[in-house]
Amino acid sequence: MRVVNELTATQTPRGSHGTFDVERIREDFPVLKQQVHGKPLVYLDNAATSQKPQVVIDTITQYYLTVNSNVHRGVHFLSEQATQAYEGARDKVRRFLNAPHTREIIFVRGSTEGINLVAQSYGRTFLKEGDEIIISAMEHHSNIVPWQILCEQIGARLRVIPINDNGEVLLDEYKKLLGERTKLVSVVHVSNVLGTINPVKPIIEMAHSRGVPVLLDGAQAAPHLPVDVQDLDCDFYVFSGHKLFGPTGIGVLYGKAHLLETMPPYQGGGDMIRAVTFEKTLYNVPPYKFEAGTPHIEGVIGLGAAIDYLSGIELERIAAYERELLVYATEVLSSIPGLRMIGTAKEKASVLSFVLDHVHAHDIGTILDQEGVAIRAGHHCAMPLMQRFGVPATARASLAFYNTRTEIGMLVRAIYKVKELFD
Amino acid sequence: MSDLRELYQEIILDHYKRPRNFRKLEGAKGEAEGYNPLCGDKVTVYLELEDDRVRDISFQGSGCAISTASASVMTEYVKGKTRAQAEALFERFHDLVTGKLQTTPDAPELGKLAVFSGVSEYPVRVKCATLAWHTLRAALEGGEEAISTE
Ligand SMILES: Cc1ncc(COP(=O)(O)O)c(C=O)c1O
Repeated sequence: MRVVNELTATQTPRGSHGTFDVERIREDFPVLKQQVHGKPLVYLDNAATSQKPQVVIDTITQYYLTVNSNVHRGVHFLSEQATQAYEGARDKVRRFLNAPHTREIIFVRGSTEGINLVAQSYGRTFLKEGDEIIISAMEHHSNIVPWQILCEQIGARLRVIPINDNGEVLLDEYKKLLGERTKLVSVVHVSNVLGTINPVKPIIEMAHSRGVPVLLDGAQAAPHLPVDVQDLDCDFYVFSGHKLFGPTGIGVLYGKAHLLETMPPYQGGGDMIRAVTFEKTLYNVPPYKFEAGTPHIEGVIGLGAAIDYLSGIELERIAAYERELLVYATEVLSSIPGLRMIGTAKEKASVLSFVLDHVHAHDIGTILDQEGVAIRAGHHCAMPLMQRFGVPATARASLAFYNTRTEIGMLVRAIYKVKELFD
Repeated sequence: MSDLRELYQEIILDHYKRPRNFRKLEGAKGEAEGYNPLCGDKVTVYLELEDDRVRDISFQGSGCAISTASASVMTEYVKGKTRAQAEALFERFHDLVTGKLQTTPDAPELGKLAVFSGVSEYPVRVKCATLAWHTLRAALEGGEEAISTE
């Protein structure tokens, strides 16, 4: 604990007092200081993955330099320290989500694994043939395919809440879909393509009034909005560390304790057991029941450091800064002739998807890259959503709190270069 | 911008904006569909063979400038060639866009296809340039499976 805690405690983020000083915050992210193709890097692919502050990198390095050891099993000094740091991070996550209990925080590889865990453990146990699972038309493949696999396994059916042309779910349609057969609702909190912030509270309330549990895919929400799982009253919540300024390969599944207790393990192995004989195995309690094998210790500790860093800036201030930047970016992008925004919901966060007349997103991506501007071009792991909007692909700029108005200006200038080349 | 002009040469932009042989070939003997899951590009290649020779060829689909222009130039180029010639051209073309041919004079048979040499500087775009060719090969072989670049 010594090293890891001292480290995260002594490095407060630079924007933590007074006004939001984005230039100082940028100093915390070494990767942003470089040039790409001879141009300053403008990193606008944060929805794919975010950059890491120095403190996260340092915490991981310090862990390997001084603490490295396996958790939950050693009687020796280092193992105890590693375990404390690991479990300490679990408590940081608990506070970050305002979950009541640390046993409700399960470390997984990412949002994808969290959803698969619920599908296979909860779904296979409590759903049966003829039951229905509701998702929305704007889901990431990771909140579609695990349910399709489950449906195939047990003979359940997937129902899809339609959306309007702005990219907002139709609550009336959702209400019609909710019925006797509905056994689970799983929707994205913030869309990675449209940026839509879904009305998750009414979605949850309507499901609960029928006794149906709800999973929220928070992959894009956790980095941009304060999340309070008690206030939301969701039954499961997943997010990914790497989109939250932490390391890759680590993510979180929050589940209500009473549900986790009734769910069977997802994988078998070390750490998830109490006692093993060849005749019978007694499983450990949550969260350990769901964490088979040596976990991603470095990832968990790095995620803890990322959460500390964010708490230092405060998510409310981050959200406010990003909102302003989003409004500005939407305005300047929309003024480009021939550019059409995809995703114009009233409630939006940090994602700007667009298409340009006569230019494919892939070409936009390549040309912007030559200007140092990193965006994503493609279907963003949401092919059904692309079909809904009748486009093969979009270009997507996604913001983080270290992005600036100047960078938006560079994005716009680069888009004009695309037009120049193609017109 | 000059680097980008290497990639997006005038001929490529021209074929993107006005693709040649962009239609369905009614009663085509050979047909195959190609798909690039990375970017959603789709192409269908239609063939009419006479003995061993490509008598007519066309394509349809949606894609980026590189993949559309590549398909368009390909149809112009392959028309009248034998199966073996088309196969050999694809190999040379593949070498060109993956940077294995240093200079186009090494492969004079490529002719206009040489405008795609800039692609070798953009490894992620190689699949765009070769999608139509992979699909052509499938059409020549008469395979049923859709072709995917992944
Ligand atoms: C909305 C959404 N859900 C789920 C995921 C999957 O996250 P991961 O790949 O980290 O498991 C993503 C990542 O792009 C996402 O944007």
